[in-house]
Amino acid sequence: MADNVKPRVRVPKSAKAGEAIVIKTLISHPMESGQRKDKQGNPIPRQIINRFTCEFEGEMVLDATLEPAVSTNPYVEFEAKVPASGTFKFTWYDDDGSVYETTEAITVS
Amino acid sequence: MNLTRRGALALGAGFAATVLLPATALHAAVDEALAKFTGGAAVGEGGITLSTPEIAENGNTVPVSVSAPGAVAIMLLAEGNPSPGVCTFNFGPLAASQSATTRIRLAGTQRVIAVAKMADGSFVQAANEVKVTIGGCGG
Repeated sequence: MADNVKPRVRVPKSAKAGEAIVIKTLISHPMESGQRKDKQGNPIPRQIINRFTCEFEGEMVLDATLEPAVSTNPYVEFEAKVPASGTFKFTWYDDDGSVYETTEAITVS
Repeated sequence: MNLTRRGALALGAGFAATVLLPATALHAAVDEALAKFTGGAAVGEGGITLSTPEIAENGNTVPVSVSAPGAVAIMLLAEGNPSPGVCTFNFGPLAASQSATTRIRLAGTQRVIAVAKMADGSFVQAANEVKVTIGGCGG
């Protein structure tokens, strides 16, 4: 597990039913590409977040496959629409098998 | 060093091969990634918007937005990176729009390609050239 991995997500607190809401997500992660070499010239092994998903009450909003060309601290911004109040679940999958999760509730009026 | 005519020709041919080889290998990798995504289907134009900066000062974080109304998935490719794949967005039923923004690494000045798979199974693509001042793949 990489150090200091911290997911950060911005979701509006409330929305109207069916309205498009913007979700911004960022997770602090080095996204080591596997292309770099250390001072001795040995390749640094790849360790990235290879998949990111956002679900709302079990229904998929976005399922993204990430590759080493995604920057350090991968940032993803997208839009969702929600039919009713509920909880977003965000999941990041690390190359080493770690899974980072966070949730965010939204009230629909 | 004495160069015979034959030697010079052979040298020239060898030089051309070494220069051309990476270029063809590069396109092979892009074509391969495309074929894997499209399954060999023809890729059209239009219906997809890719926005990238014209000049990126730092290749380590280049903001990229892509939008393709009616798409089920969008794949981003960077032609000039050591491996061309960047990311693939698969949109679920609750996505309000088939658009996403992220930040990517570019090794140098190159074309960034976005390919969208539409709900009817067709494919469209858009490509933008991005000039990169400092490459972003370490050294």
